[in-house]
Parts: sequence; C-alpha cells; structure tokens
Amino acid sequence: MSDEILDHITNKEYEFGFVTPIESDKIAAGLNEDVIRLISSKKNEPEWLLNWRLEAYAIWEKMNEPTWAHVQYKKPDFQGISYYAAPKQKPQLNSLDEIDPELRRTMEKLGISMEEQKRLSGVAVDFVMDSVSVATSFKEKLGELGIIFCSISEAIQEHPDLVRKYIGAVVPRTDNFYAALNSAVFTDGSFCYIPKGVRCPMELSTYFRINEGGTGQFERTLVIADEGSYVSYLEGCTAPQRDENQLHAAVVELVALGDAEIKYSTVQNWYPGDKDGKGGVFNFVTKRGLCDGNRSKISWTQVETGSAITWKYPSCILKGDYSVGEFYSVAVTNHMQQADTGTKMIHLGKNTTSTIISKGISAGKSQNSYRGLVQINKSAEHSRNFSQCDSLLMTDRCGAHTFPYIEVKNKSSKVEHEATTSKIGEDQIFYCLQRGLDQEQAISMIVNGYAKEVLNKLPMEFAVEAQKLLAISLEGSVG
Amino acid sequence: MLHIKGLEAKIEDKEILRGLSLDVKPGEVHAIMGPNGSGKSTLASVLAGREDYEVTAGEVQFNGKDLLDMAPEIRSREGLFLAFQYPVEIPGVSNMNFLKAAVAEKRKHLGLEPLSAKEFLKLVSEKSKLVELDGQLANRAVNEGFSGGEKKRNEIFQMAMLEPTLGILDETDSGLDIDALRIVANGVNALRSPERSFVLITHYQRLLDYIVPDFVHVLYKGRIVKSGTKELALELEEKGYDWIKEEVDAHA
Ligand SMILES: Nc1ncnc2c1ncn2[C@@H]1O[C@H](COP(=O)(O)OP(=O)(O)OP(=O)(O)O)[C@@H](O)[C@H]1O
Ligand SMILES: [Mg+2]
Repeated sequence: MSDEILDHITNKEYEFGFVTPIESDKIAAGLNEDVIRLISSKKNEPEWLLNWRLEAYAIWEKMNEPTWAHVQYKKPDFQGISYYAAPKQKPQLNSLDEIDPELRRTMEKLGISMEEQKRLSGVAVDFVMDSVSVATSFKEKLGELGIIFCSISEAIQEHPDLVRKYIGAVVPRTDNFYAALNSAVFTDGSFCYIPKGVRCPMELSTYFRINEGGTGQFERTLVIADEGSYVSYLEGCTAPQRDENQLHAAVVELVALGDAEIKYSTVQNWYPGDKDGKGGVFNFVTKRGLCDGNRSKISWTQVETGSAITWKYPSCILKGDYSVGEFYSVAVTNHMQQADTGTKMIHLGKNTTSTIISKGISAGKSQNSYRGLVQINKSAEHSRNFSQCDSLLMTDRCGAHTFPYIEVKNKSSKVEHEATTSKIGEDQIFYCLQRGLDQEQAISMIVNGYAKEVLNKLPMEFAVEAQKLLAISLEGSVG
Repeated sequence: MLHIKGLEAKIEDKEILRGLSLDVKPGEVHAIMGPNGSGKSTLASVLAGREDYEVTAGEVQFNGKDLLDMAPEIRSREGLFLAFQYPVEIPGVSNMNFLKAAVAEKRKHLGLEPLSAKEFLKLVSEKSKLVELDGQLANRAVNEGFSGGEKKRNEIFQMAMLEPTLGILDETDSGLDIDALRIVANGVNALRSPERSFVLITHYQRLLDYIVPDFVHVLYKGRIVKSGTKELALELEEKGYDWIKEEVDAHA
C-alpha cells in the first residue's frame, strides 16, 4: 500500500498520550535495603512482610536479567528508578466527589467516567493511579456477599492472614528476575477474595495507569477464588506519552480452589514508543494461576497492543484433577514494538485439559513471538491440550515467530498443536474497498475477524474497547 | 453513464488492455465475452480501481465524473459494483456487519441518514429474498465456507443491498447449477431499471437467455473486436472464437 498512508499513521500521536499534573509524593531514585524499609514503613506494613521483601531483594541481587526472549532493548537502570510514588490525596474517600479533580479528568479522558461505569455496566472499578489506589466503588455491595476487592495495601492491613497465606504461593520470589524485584518493591495492586460458593455478580475491574515520569510500576495482584466460587476480573491499562522507557514489572497470582473459576481478562495499551522505537513501556510481567482444587478453572484472555517490549506468559498450573486452563491471546505489534508472549500450561492433575488460542498480528518493522510450553507430567494421566497459534503479517518487514515447547511424560495424554502464518490478503482488502469501506475500516474488519475467537472471550464492554484498540493500533499499517 | 475510451492497462510490464473503448448508457445491459486470458477480468478490476494495474492511456467517465481519478471505495460509493469472479472469504467478519458498514458508508457519501437497525434488517430480508439466499448465509462470515454457487449468490445479494447504478458481473454464472442460474438471473432482472446498467462478463450464452442483453461484445487481446446484439452470442456459441481471432490476427 502507498507510503502516504503509512506516513499518516506513523505520524499519528499516541491516542492516550497525556500526562496528568498531579502532585506526588515520591522517593529518590535508587534501590537498596533502606529503600525497601522506607516503602514498607510508608505503607505501615507488618514485620513479616518487610522480611519477605528483604529476602526477595537478596534473591534478586543474585539474579541476572533473563536474555532468552526474542527481544532486544537497552537494559533498564535499576538504580535510576524511583520505587515509590503516591499521588497526594485526602486520606479517606467516602464518595467519588472527593477525588482530585485532575484525576477525574484523567479518568474522563480514558473514557471511564465512574458514574457511567457504575450506572451502565455494573462494573466495580478499583482505579490504580501510579502506586496507590485512589478510588474503589461498589465495595458495599460486594461486601454483602463477603467478597473482598481492594488494593493490596489495604488487604495487607485488613486481611493479613489471607495475604500471607497466598502471596508468593503461585509465583515464588525465586521464580524469575522481575518477580523477585517486584516482591521486593511492589507498592500497590489489587486484592480479591471470593468466598466459598459465591458467584461474583459483576465484573471486577481495575484500570492501571502509569502517571509519574520515571516511576517504575510494580503492581502486585492476588485473586483467590474459594471453593465453588466464580469471578471475572478485568484489567485494562493506558499510559501517558513520554520519552524515557518505563519499566513495568507486575506480578499477578490467581488461586482457584476446588470447583472455582477465575476469568482474567486484560486489555493492554501502554505507550508503545514512537515509530522509531523511542520511548515506550517495558512490560515484563509474571502472571500465573494455580488451579489448586479439583475441577477448578482459570482462563486468561489478553489483548495486547501496547508497550515497546512485552515479555509476558500468563500461565496455569493444573494441579487439581479435572482442572481446566485456558489462554486466549491477541498480540499486536507495530512500528518497532517487540512482543514475546505466550503461556505455560503445566499439567499435574489427572484428566486436566488446556486450550491455547494465540493470534499474533505484526505490522511495521515489529517482532512478534509466541512462546508456549505445554508440559504434561507423569501424574497428569488422560490429560489433553489443544494449541492453535496463528500469525498475521501486515507488511514484509515485520517478523512473526513461534516457539512451542511440548513435553508429554505419560502415554494416556494427548497434545494437538496447529500453527499458521499468513499475510493480510490484498484480495480481502480490495474486496472491502470495492464495497465502499476505506482502507482503515477494511483492515479493522479483517483483523477483528481474524481475532474474533479471542475477542469473543472478553466480557462485552471490554470486547468493544478491544476492537477499537486493534483498529487504532493498526491504522494504515499494511504495506 | 460509462464511457471508456482508448483504455490501456498493464500489470508488471505486461500489457493487457490495449486501447479498449466501450459506451454504456443508462439502463443498458452489455455482455462481454471472449477467450480465456483476453482481459475481461482485467477490465473489471481496472474499472473497480485495483491498484496492481497501471493505466497507461485512455479515459473513463462514470456518470459524468472521471472514474480513474477516484479511489476504489469512492467508485463503489458512487455506484459501481463489481461481482467478483472469485469472491474472497473474510473469516470472522459477519456478512451482516460487513454490509451494515458498506451501506452506511454509501449513505454517508450520498448525504443520507444512516439506516436504523430495523430499516437495515428490513432491507436485508427484502433483498435476500431476491436471490433466495438462506437467512443463515446472511449471518455467517463473509463467504467463509460458502459453496461456489452460494458465493455467487451472495455477490448478487450484496449488489442488491448496495443498489449500484452500474453492476459489473464477472462470470457470475460460472459454477452455478441450473436452478441457481435462474435464481441469480431473476435477481439481476429484478434490479434492472432505466437508471441502472449492467456489464455481464460471461462465457456462456445460456446466461443471456435469462438476462437478455442489449449488446454483446467480444474482447480479444485487450480490445473489443466485435460488437453486436444477442444474436452474436448465439453465433459464438455455435462457431467459437477462431473465426474472430483469425479476422483480428489477419489485420494485425
Ligand atoms: N498479476 C498478474 N501478473 C501477470 N499477468 C497477469 C496478472 N493478472 C492477469 N494477468 C494476465 O492478464 C491476462 C488477462 O487476464 P484476465 O484475468 O483479465 O483474463 P480473462 O479474460 O478474465 O480470462 P478468463 O476468461 O479466464 O477469466 C492473462 O494472460 C493473465 O495471465
Ligand atoms: Mg476472468
């Protein structure tokens, strides 16, 4: 397609690129034991957690950054990052009206007016602005059902036993470099507990937003679904435009006890950097779910369009017999973006099943890799996996790579893997043009059609947002 | 409504259309026949604005406007419809959403209000009857898993929905069984009107029994080398193309 169109989008500003001027309480850059003590004391944490952090720091200090992913970047300067920033705000919020008006405006720009959210979709929003949660809604209603949905900091104060029992249970501090770092310095994130037999009546949603120049984000999310419970959790993010790279190393842990189900959906649209690869968020996330009990189920659905570098493998450990793990992913890379993403399905229990549907879309000069491990252990008799990994190329200059690792250690299990790579069809685009759609509509239609299997897994409100996001990320990207 | 004069076009340095001229007046039906590879689909693609073809000479006026100057989607919105010889599949995109977007664009272009959901559905049910298209097909992804005949019928259904002033049908009859041929032809006939013209590209005179053309042209080596009325089609059916080829090649 013509260079004109290409220029048009490459020059397009990042839609959500704005910085909110909110005063913030921020500590000096650098990382050492004292910084960790300071974070812990600012958050008024119990002794055990401080020690847990310090141990994590000791582990991290001995580790090296992983280099196996198919991505290239300048290593972050870990001493150049400030590890704590809290927006200044009134200490207690009884209603939304008390929120900083700047923050309200930010939320409006993001299109998530809380009133609308409350009124229209029945979504409870726990809005994470930098490192401290500043607004939580629907709490009372959830409280009646015994559901806990709050910031992790609050959970540490109010529900220390639950936090202590499960934090690091799924992603141990030793797991990897970024998980260790996160464990040492995490400042906020969300906590959710669904009691036995409770079906959470609404989608729980957290909007993350990186807002403080030079602040690394170390979110920690813990979702526990007790026996027979169900929860659908939404995570969505946008970040303001800026020049220097921003490190984001979150840890998300999910625990599903017997017969429980967790649906975890993400739409990720952090600043990807400009068309020359300058700036953009480094997204090094560890997400893992433990299907602890029999017949438990965890589904990860992600639509990844943002970040300069993505390094992310939402995984499931299928420990309970008959437990089910699912991973549905659309990952879009454009310009100079690099994504190395996929999943791990670790089958331990008998008769466990996992499904992987991955749809990669590469445009510009980007690199998009699927990396997945399906491991069926000896104990996991009669287990099954189905994997489908498709790649769609928008240009001749981008790359799509698939790295499937399959280990089957018993004879009664079955693994199926399918993979396709295709270039977006000129014929398809022309067909759409001939029917009166313009180039961008055509691409949006074709790409959304391609990704439909995954988009269909998202809750309704999110699916619409995700479709728009795909279209925005790929405008004019064919060539 | 369509004036083509001295049209020359090439693809990858291969000249395909070499000075083609054709005049289509409102309400007329023109059949274009010709041996394989003579440039019939190329003509259709060039008129629809496919980028791969480079127009090197000639002009095309469509309803008084310079067609070659318009982007493909504008040509469509201005009322040019191409029923493809090989309609593509667009997996995951429902026929309904696809058409909804197409109709909306066209109406926007014409300065008309968008149709309400109810009006749109009414239009769908009305037009799908025209080609006896199963309601199921209307709801499936665009052409995905459609049989050859279903794809062709879907093209005519889309044409009916978009109500073009010029319909170019590239071998819409090929691959149709006898009943489907009749259905498609009836659909096209129902769309005939004093303002709407058609260019039918076909290899078979049989289609022309159903859709009776005002003119029949023979395209050979990128030029229209013979024109006549529907009797010409009968003659071709009987004698083949050799006599025309000989005539043309003798003069070359
Ligand atoms: N992309 C291309 N590259 C090279 N040659 C091409 C290309 N597309 C078409 N041609 C050639 O142009 C000529 C005309 O093709 P076209 O499809 O227009 O013929 P047609 O008259 O529609 O034939 P048919 O009756 O078989 O459908 C053929 O010789 C064909 O091989
Ligand atoms: Mg042809």
